[in-house]
Amino acid sequence: MKRIAVASGKGGTGKTTLSLILAEILSQKYKVHLLDCDVEEPNCHLFLKPKIKKKKEVKIFTPLFDLKKCAFCGKCQKVCQFHALLVLKDNILKFDEICHSCRACILACPEGAVKEGKRRIGVEYFSEIKSSLYFSWAALDVNEARSTPLISNLKAGIKKDSDFVIYDSPPGTSCPFVEAVHGADYVIFVTEPTPFGLYDLKIAHQAVKRMKIPCGIVINRSYGEDKIIEDYVKKQNLEIIAYISFSKKFAQGYSRGKILTELFPGLKNDLFKFMRGI
Amino acid sequence: MKIAVSSQGGSLSAQVAPNFGRCPVFLIIDSETMKFEFFTNPAEGMMGGAGPEAARQIHQHGAEVVLTGVVGPNAEKAIQTYGMKLVQRASGTVKEAIDKYLKEPK
Repeated sequence: MKRIAVASGKGGTGKTTLSLILAEILSQKYKVHLLDCDVEEPNCHLFLKPKIKKKKEVKIFTPLFDLKKCAFCGKCQKVCQFHALLVLKDNILKFDEICHSCRACILACPEGAVKEGKRRIGVEYFSEIKSSLYFSWAALDVNEARSTPLISNLKAGIKKDSDFVIYDSPPGTSCPFVEAVHGADYVIFVTEPTPFGLYDLKIAHQAVKRMKIPCGIVINRSYGEDKIIEDYVKKQNLEIIAYISFSKKFAQGYSRGKILTELFPGLKNDLFKFMRGI
Repeated sequence: MKIAVSSQGGSLSAQVAPNFGRCPVFLIIDSETMKFEFFTNPAEGMMGGAGPEAARQIHQHGAEVVLTGVVGPNAEKAIQTYGMKLVQRASGTVKEAIDKYLKEPK
């Protein structure tokens, strides 16, 4: 099984477009599992129009306090590195969105007054688009701050019989991005030939370099003046996997919810050649 | 009455800091004598939970009233739970903010 993360740094460069193309092309010959790891704004399902086969609420740990046992000593507040607890004279104030579910409060409590609790942060879905393409996605609840547990849950549900797993990663370079890319065998950066694309690509590439994952570049909206990215690729000894040209036809197709495989015969060959390399 | 003010510095002539949880300094002023103490806000550079932590700090220093620019929802909840009075949209120097608060009809 090969795990490929599609990432970018900058938003809107074409991660979902490429993830869908990859899933579509690879599933013609292999068994593929596509994960939409952008749980804050999932959108692969808008293109795949899946029939939901499994739906599951995702819950994370939250401490529950037994105020009858509690001595209000403040040890749980002291041990909480995220300052999610305030111990008052006769009550405990808990800030759920700050809590990182580390359970240190349970360990610190000498009275055994902290109990295991659960709280919902989102929903996870699973579907089979066709016999060779599994698809999972998740959606973070409104008002929730931590998306990483949803992403790790998605990954825990990877079908073991898949030949390829594709992670459609969230934009940015912070925790959700790291969580999504973590454990991948290869990262494909989708970027655009603009200073914005390059700037965010550099940051994301630095993160992936530290994680020691091999990576390559796809230049999207290429209009023949891609020097800005090509120079960086040369300097960093990276490879360019494919170019997707800047075309009104593609934009129209995408807006109508079409997966663009048919529109890119050349791209299909490039990607296949590259996948064989992996 | 002890008044806590979020401040840019450690004197009455310092500017009121516009944000509560991550302000650099807290001044705790006794409104009868105008004597004050100050401390650097340990919550200023915290990853998360700065608001509640700042509220806990000023509560420990005996504050009954909080003057600041704005507070976040978590800080507001903590300040209320501690039973402190919250006054937002304070501005100018610390002295000006306190004078204005004390002149207001209660």
